[in-house]
Amino acid sequence: MTQKTLYYQLAAIALALLFITTIILVVGASPIEVIAAMWSGSFGTVGQFARVIATLAPLLLCASGLLFTFTAGLYNLGIEGQIAFGAIVSTFAIQLTQNALSPALVILLAILMGGVGGVLWGLLTGALNVYGRINEIFAGLGLNFVADGLALYLIFGPWKREGVASMSGTEPFSEALWLPTFGDTDASPIALLIAIVAVAITLITLQGTYFGLRLRAVGQNLRASYTLGIPSIRQLLSAFAICGGFAGVAGALQVLAVFHRLIPNISSGLGYLALLVAMLVGLNAWFILPVAFFFSALNIGSLQLPLDLNLESSLAGVIQGTLVLFVLLGRGVSESLRQAPKNPTS
Amino acid sequence: MRVELQNISKRFGSVQANDQVSLLVEAGTIHGLLGENGAGKSTLVKVLSGFISRDSGAVLLDEKSVEIKTPANAIAAGIGMLHQDPLDFPPLSVLDNFMVGKTGTGFIDRGRSLRQLQQLAAHFNFNLNGYETVNNLTVGERQQLELLRLLSLGVSTLILDEPTTGISASQKTALFEAVKQLAAQGKSIIFVSHKLEDVEELCDRVTVLRHGKVIGRAEIPCPDAVLIEMMFGRELALPLKPQTRQSEAALQLEKIRVDTDRLSLHLGDLTVYKGEVIGLAGLEGSGQELLLLLCAGLLHSASGQMVINGMEMTHKPYQEYLDRGIGYLPADRLKEGLVSGLSIHEHVALRTPARSFFVDWKETLKQTVQAIAIFNIRGKPNTPVERLSGGNQQRTQLALLPVPLNLLLMEHPTRGLDIESVLWVWQQLIARCQTGTTILFMSSDLDEIMRYSDRVIVFSGGQASRPIAVADLTVDRLGELIGGRLSDTMEPLAIS
Repeated sequence: MTQKTLYYQLAAIALALLFITTIILVVGASPIEVIAAMWSGSFGTVGQFARVIATLAPLLLCASGLLFTFTAGLYNLGIEGQIAFGAIVSTFAIQLTQNALSPALVILLAILMGGVGGVLWGLLTGALNVYGRINEIFAGLGLNFVADGLALYLIFGPWKREGVASMSGTEPFSEALWLPTFGDTDASPIALLIAIVAVAITLITLQGTYFGLRLRAVGQNLRASYTLGIPSIRQLLSAFAICGGFAGVAGALQVLAVFHRLIPNISSGLGYLALLVAMLVGLNAWFILPVAFFFSALNIGSLQLPLDLNLESSLAGVIQGTLVLFVLLGRGVSESLRQAPKNPTS
Repeated sequence: MRVELQNISKRFGSVQANDQVSLLVEAGTIHGLLGENGAGKSTLVKVLSGFISRDSGAVLLDEKSVEIKTPANAIAAGIGMLHQDPLDFPPLSVLDNFMVGKTGTGFIDRGRSLRQLQQLAAHFNFNLNGYETVNNLTVGERQQLELLRLLSLGVSTLILDEPTTGISASQKTALFEAVKQLAAQGKSIIFVSHKLEDVEELCDRVTVLRHGKVIGRAEIPCPDAVLIEMMFGRELALPLKPQTRQSEAALQLEKIRVDTDRLSLHLGDLTVYKGEVIGLAGLEGSGQELLLLLCAGLLHSASGQMVINGMEMTHKPYQEYLDRGIGYLPADRLKEGLVSGLSIHEHVALRTPARSFFVDWKETLKQTVQAIAIFNIRGKPNTPVERLSGGNQQRTQLALLPVPLNLLLMEHPTRGLDIESVLWVWQQLIARCQTGTTILFMSSDLDEIMRYSDRVIVFSGGQASRPIAVADLTVDRLGELIGGRLSDTMEPLAIS
């Protein structure tokens, strides 16, 4: 990143903050109070902080996966469906094996199968994109509806609770199959560990390996990378598969660590939130940790707003969206200024 | 309408596409704009039609200065352009396409538009069905539609950019009839082409461009030789190339046919020898690039056989061509050859055979520094390729070619390069030939073809001549052959 680009980014963030402050003032609240409320909402108690961590784990997984697809020049909006399908396959694995295997094995298998499910759903998006010539945005969004529909069908059909089926999901699993947590909180060390490993794999792969380099080439110029001898179709499909795999593991974690059953909308919109994280991070994978942490803190902290200040908790979404929009705008402006007449160095 | 362009200049990066170009087209005349590809014809007419903004110069319509900033401005000023590739909406109907761009009050009157379309079509003897989808039309019919659309918008100056490429003979006749009629009505026509016969048949006078400058003007009729001399220049070129041809065959083609939407290329039997340099001459789009893509493994032949270095290569996957040391240098370096956004170092790493999963950035950096020194690239390892000048991009492309290099296919290897780079590039290439590399290259610079080829193949409309030894050629004669007088002077390589 050049010096100038950095200035534009900082200016964009300043503008975004100004805009957010204005919005808060317009709805008749004090920005200071909002910050205080959100701070105490996310870091006030151990339990609240644990919830930030619990949200962070799947967010990191999904954002890491999305860095692969973004690097390959793909907008994988199908990530929500990949989370959901991972959760479904994971639930299926648990139901098949919970009476036969030891809990630890069931959990391990459930996480693995979540990944496998995500890979399959991701590859399906990829195949529609590469072979069916369907834009990956539409293929992904379409498959999101299919995965959601499948989850609903299972919850209200074959996997319905004893007695009456409901939106609250399938029968909860026995407590032995819940991922262990820090004390009596929502945060699971295993989920966090898996997420951090995923971030590390992403960083290393994108910056240090031939695979990562080829992915960047494919993302920047598909045609030239083919001429240079890069198997571009394989690269594109791999990006879909990896992103789907990470998302599927996130789905499994939602099942195992957060809800302890399959519910409709199991992804809780984390895939879309991860898209915002990935867009904000751009191709600088290093920023993924702080940005994802900040976003999950915003999400959890905002739950305090209705209680303390009588404000909608959706303010978190406004803040996140505004930040992303302004930063993208800053990038766009600096890009178009750079392309303005200027002789290339010879 | 009288159209006058005064001292138009336009620069793209390091390329001066138009250099103080002036053009005057009187109302009621057909004015040819002649020149090889890359001469600056398209840039000039795109300035006039609002697609490109000029750096300097003035546009005068009926002796009044006008500002044309967008295509919409141009249409409002009465200037319409018929593009080489029709700018239409293939999934929509002919009628919908016809109505696009009309200004109105918001509601459209399909019935009236249909009647207008039918009237115009009947007037010019075009056969267009308003309800047909444009997808199902031939290029010629799409062109007719576009012409009628522009006329219905009331243009009084019409620009035709290479309109005879890809259309049938009868469509061409109909188009020329229509254009002559329009000129007779007082419209001014600018006819952009590199085809001498078309210009001679249609135009009243021509302006010839070369390397972005006006080289000369002429009234038609005018002898071919004069026009060709203006188009290609005529410095006496002595073959400077040392003898590099060996006796071993490197490339053997048998009865090759390549089909694309626009053109079918038919080739008979052709043998190219190791170390030989073959220049492919011809107007752009005559089939040379198809031969290059075919040999590079980027295009499959519809029939026929290809053997490279004794290896049957017909329909083999592209990767195998790379493994066999076959390299391809596309003309559009930043679109097809290099990846913008990646640095020289990253390009070198991409081409290094992967020994492990991880990139050895230190080792590849060493190789990059070495390549930069050997290929004399003015850039640093971490310079993104799009920041390099054209010459240095070409040097980078050369640095990325497979080693050993058995066969090298090049499109316009020195287009847009300064003289120093041109000489340097060819010095490198000839050194490669001496070690046994075979080169096929296309170029619109006849001097380049004469100077560096051992033999020359001339292409015209998908047909190719037999390879002609450079010693048997002169620039003039080559120019004649290119001008489409292929059949009466020599036996073509093959006719299907």
